[in-house]
Amino acid sequence: MIAELGLAALWLAAALAVLQLVGGALALTARGSALGDLVRPVAVVQGLLALVAFAALIRVFAVTDLSVRLVALNSHSMKPLVFKIAAAWGNHEGSMLLWVTVMGLAGGFVALVERRLPERTMLATLAGQAFVSLGFYAFLLIASNPFERLATPPAEGNGLNPLLQDLGLAFHPPTLYLGYVGLSVAFSFAIGALVTREVGPAFARAMRPWVLGAWIFLTLGITAGSYWAYYELGWGGWWFWDPVENASLMPWLAATALLHSCGVLAARNALRAWTIMLGVVAFSMSMVGTFLVRSGILTSVHAFAVDPQRGTFILALLAINIGGALTLFGLRAGTVTEGERFAVVSREGALVMNNVLLSAILGIVLFGTLYPLAAEAMGAKVSVGPPYFNPVSALFFVPMLVVLAVGPLLRWRQDKLDRIGKGLALPAAMVVVALLAVLMIGGAGLLPYLGLALGAGLAVASFLPLRDRNLRRTPLPIWGMVIAHFGVAVALLGMASESAYSVERLVALRVGESTAVGPWSVRLASVDPVAGPNWTALEGKLEVRYAGGAVEVARPQARNFWAPAQQTSESSLLTRWNGQLYSVLGEEASDNRWQVRLWWKPFVTLIWLGGMLIALGGVLAVIGHVLSDWRRIVARSRIADRRESQGR
Amino acid sequence: MSGAPPSSVRKGSAWAIWLPLALFVVFVVLVTVGLLRPADRNVASTLIDRPLPSFNLPSPLPGGAGLKSADLSGGRPRLLNIFASWCVPCRVEAPQLAQLAKAGVTIDGISVRDRPDALQAFLAENGNPYSRIGADNAGSVQLALGSSGVPETYVIDGKGRVRYQHIGEIRPEHVALLLGKLEAAK
Repeated sequence: MIAELGLAALWLAAALAVLQLVGGALALTARGSALGDLVRPVAVVQGLLALVAFAALIRVFAVTDLSVRLVALNSHSMKPLVFKIAAAWGNHEGSMLLWVTVMGLAGGFVALVERRLPERTMLATLAGQAFVSLGFYAFLLIASNPFERLATPPAEGNGLNPLLQDLGLAFHPPTLYLGYVGLSVAFSFAIGALVTREVGPAFARAMRPWVLGAWIFLTLGITAGSYWAYYELGWGGWWFWDPVENASLMPWLAATALLHSCGVLAARNALRAWTIMLGVVAFSMSMVGTFLVRSGILTSVHAFAVDPQRGTFILALLAINIGGALTLFGLRAGTVTEGERFAVVSREGALVMNNVLLSAILGIVLFGTLYPLAAEAMGAKVSVGPPYFNPVSALFFVPMLVVLAVGPLLRWRQDKLDRIGKGLALPAAMVVVALLAVLMIGGAGLLPYLGLALGAGLAVASFLPLRDRNLRRTPLPIWGMVIAHFGVAVALLGMASESAYSVERLVALRVGESTAVGPWSVRLASVDPVAGPNWTALEGKLEVRYAGGAVEVARPQARNFWAPAQQTSESSLLTRWNGQLYSVLGEEASDNRWQVRLWWKPFVTLIWLGGMLIALGGVLAVIGHVLSDWRRIVARSRIADRRESQGR
Repeated sequence: MSGAPPSSVRKGSAWAIWLPLALFVVFVVLVTVGLLRPADRNVASTLIDRPLPSFNLPSPLPGGAGLKSADLSGGRPRLLNIFASWCVPCRVEAPQLAQLAKAGVTIDGISVRDRPDALQAFLAENGNPYSRIGADNAGSVQLALGSSGVPETYVIDGKGRVRYQHIGEIRPEHVALLLGKLEAAK
């Protein structure tokens, strides 16, 4: 019954999306239409119905209703409840339903609260949102019904890929999806503004919380995904320039650029067409990312999500949505009136530089990701990895760090570099000192050196915008910017330190034997079998000491899951303030030796700490913007009330 | 950025406005070509078109012949199936293996980390499509083949070279594909 209820809700939601699209479009025609009044309430109900459908899916997964095909294929009765629930979106159909649900709810929320924009722009925006949703509804209802029943339910389900049976990862896809969907709202706003040619500060303010929210979730999603790959895959790396990682990085880069150009548009009414363009590009990158992950067109660590036929469907959606939006952009962008002017040396100028550099990095990542595909079309097989991505993106990343340090100190409209020169002396000194220090320590390459030096300088520079400010009266968005920029510095320091000073050791140890890695001494005390809810494992007990200190214990495991049968290695991480000891238990070699892989990674945790700081900065900015918008609305209604009472 | 008069801005950026769409069309064409290509692209075993690693496995069952790499270069293409009695998807693919065996395909098996009694029960329940079975008790041959899990199935040509790797269970829709690969390996 629950599954049928879910399916019915999904059909109804799709029908309402049609009404939302048609109503919005008719109301925009010259003659107008009474249907226009329906658009907002319809958007709200559509979101709620999608939520009902998604709740139904969660329910059938939670009780492991094996008569539902999707449950039988992706779940298993012997799994912990949290992974049963996570299995609901750990598969293709479920994740598409999650997507359309979040998108519907977001549309409903916009319909409910957004009153600043002209009504026509809102109608176009909601119609655009319905159009994008409809593609996904069609996809679900026609090609991949999540509620399909099996005539004969199996006795047991297939299970969820063990690599995915991890708490962090259970929430990695939903986080990214929230990011993607937030960008879909920005996309719809951009379409709405293009249709009615109403591009200005009000539009930027309406769009900004969604871009910020999306950007926060993308930041968290990438940070969590990177940490997952780091400890779950057991390779000791945190970023591989894998196509799927790139697929999540590209929307983030576009959203970062959009965020900054949105700020210019909101504050100074400049960069109008450019902001619209980025709104389209950011969501395009989300869809391109989804497409690259789902279609399996590029080989990657995410091979578990692959299905070529579905790839074709997503490609069709992509072509219609993005092709349509870019065509509309081509037709309309020339008629969007030019925004306010500004000098090259100004806050706007720095933000334009930031946008250009971010776009360049985006282009580099996109090119590198798609190059193997292009090469294959010519008949050659290549893979593009760190030797391309690291130096080429650094080429643009380094100047971007400089702009990042200088930009926030500049005034809007017009400024002089010598005015802020003095303030920059301190970070510049930090860069020189740090560079000398790392050169004296030695033992690493050019890029890590640059990273450490610039990271140190930027860490100082990121706080300069707070100089000469009353800290108590500094607006939250400024704090957000400072913390996010500081987060970039922290993450950069972590990355540079990890790649400069990591120590790796691969040894075959008998029980009782010892080895050393970096400042650690490591002794293999025992190897014992242990059992979990749906796996058994061999667990190594490693007694480790940091620089001759007290004994700590690391317990890496080699796990065997039985549903589905697969072996994974559970690495063990020992975290100190100055880094992590990473250990992996490998195969049993001949003569009772065990392969043990050890890494000492100084300050590696700064990478993810930096990511969290960046997201925290975003959260502060959202709160600040929403609060000030709210205050403005309250003040305006008070003035209106007063006028009314005076009028009487 | 905005130093130029509006008219020249518009003239200069007329083509730039359409540039994103042009790039997007290139992207769509590229990935469409990529999608339409045959799907053996995600089968990137390093052993493809190279000889099998040499191995000599004992039989997991009393009285069996065992399996060594030389057995697989008998002049005719055949399948090498990596399986185990403890592996659920292996049960799922059993009917398809039976179907392939019935179609005259020679199938050799490598049972990974198995016990003789469990294996016996598995074969009794699901049928035995294998001409020979080798016991890979340490999983070392499985690793040497570049196989990351069970089940996996390799198409081996008459000279003992790996021609195709099928990861995961053989579903009904894969039978024709494997028969085609065997035909191509002749």
